[in-house]
Amino acid sequence: MKATQALLASAALLACTGALADETRIRMADAPETPTLIANCSGCHSLDYIQMNSRFVKRAGWEAEVKKMVSVMGAPVSEADAAKLVDYLTREYGVAE
Amino acid sequence: MDRRSFVRGVAGGMALAGGQLLLPRSLLAAGLPSGALESEELYALAGKQPLIKRSFRPPNFETPVAHFSDVITPNDRFFVRWHLASIPQLDPREWRLSIGGDAATQPFDLTLEQLKRDFEQVELVAVCQCSGNRRGLSDPHVFGVQWAYGAMGNARWKGVRLKDVLAKAGVSKDAVEVEFNGADSGALEATPDFVKSIPAWKAMDENTLIAWEMNGEPLPHWNGAPARIVVPGWTATYWMKQVVSIRAIVKPAAGFWMAKAYRVPKGKFSTVDRFTSQETAENTPITEIVVNSLITNVSDGQRVKAGAPLVVKGIAWDAGFGIRSVDVSVDGGRSWQSAELGADPGRFSFRPWQYVFKPSPGRHVVSARATNGLGASQTDQFIFNPAGYNNNVLQRIGVEAA
Repeated sequence: MKATQALLASAALLACTGALADETRIRMADAPETPTLIANCSGCHSLDYIQMNSRFVKRAGWEAEVKKMVSVMGAPVSEADAAKLVDYLTREYGVAE
Repeated sequence: MDRRSFVRGVAGGMALAGGQLLLPRSLLAAGLPSGALESEELYALAGKQPLIKRSFRPPNFETPVAHFSDVITPNDRFFVRWHLASIPQLDPREWRLSIGGDAATQPFDLTLEQLKRDFEQVELVAVCQCSGNRRGLSDPHVFGVQWAYGAMGNARWKGVRLKDVLAKAGVSKDAVEVEFNGADSGALEATPDFVKSIPAWKAMDENTLIAWEMNGEPLPHWNGAPARIVVPGWTATYWMKQVVSIRAIVKPAAGFWMAKAYRVPKGKFSTVDRFTSQETAENTPITEIVVNSLITNVSDGQRVKAGAPLVVKGIAWDAGFGIRSVDVSVDGGRSWQSAELGADPGRFSFRPWQYVFKPSPGRHVVSARATNGLGASQTDQFIFNPAGYNNNVLQRIGVEAA
């Protein structure tokens, strides 16, 4: 409900506090791309979304998922960062070709 | 052996069942993805008992199977499923529901008090089941929330008929669909808002409700307080939580969550209800819940006493055609016997059943198969579809009698 979004923003944060606090326990695979992952993905969703969707897709699967986040969900991810994310997700949360 | 280590064994290719038998993976139902098992935990959201965490934000939590031993799912054990991360805490005194749309000649707003006072109140028991329930068991695995068996619940809903509220808005015959919006939103303005519609004929069904109460209490925040849509027989994607807008519309809704998401390939499932205004050449929106059953008191790898009566308990449900029978096999599907059906709380509800047998020493693979009033039943193999919907594959639960 976009019209009410600004008005409700503070209330929404309060409502989410319980969940947000425990997200800090999520530990993603440590790699040079991890800061890129956190910067581009964790604004909209907790990173356990990635963990639970592993390991069962090859590179093309993660490419499609990153593309969906950008073109459908509106995530402002640069092309350079998108390439890094696909490398990281394939290596750490995917399966080999 | 606990369930987790058992399922991990399956994921690894071989399963150690009852500490005795090694079975190839192909003889067992597919388990959850390894990453879903590693990231799950029992966690209590505010006001809830511990549920199985799939994701923290948006919050997606499922009910552990043991809690389906009660036909009514307690509110504090009821699953939680949201698409977008901003979920406001709504004050029921400030909440307003807007009724309108281009097919409504007399749009108006309602307070919660007016909703309760101005229309006839009705109650019914109905299963609320996520379209993606059991997605995590898809073979091969598909992207999405990796649900096991607990993205569903059964409750007594109290509210008013949607058709009565629409009648007051002067809905014209040109209405094709009725569209719902909730108060939730994404973190980004660019993220498609979660807006869903149902066919006008389904909106006018006497069982489709605007509900504010479940199981005799106000809706929990996580289940859509102060009011949500209830669409008995159809999957939960249409049961809009925190509903703030209802619109009767003359053209099919075209947003992402209708046009692209929650669709199944045409011709793969023998569902009865069609959503023709949204059909394309390739696919169609998911509609009704497929007939299904769940064994609630026996788990894979369990050791039982040989020769002593073993009571296998469970539930069965469908889209409201009614459960005609439940059959149980204790020999891996070679032979089937009738289970005893329990009390019927209504055609949209879970129906309890039980089956008693005396296991001989050795391994027994237990399955249950529900059949509904149309003669539709469950499948042996997952009918593959890209979103992992309509999974009613027979369970195969190995017990070891000694």
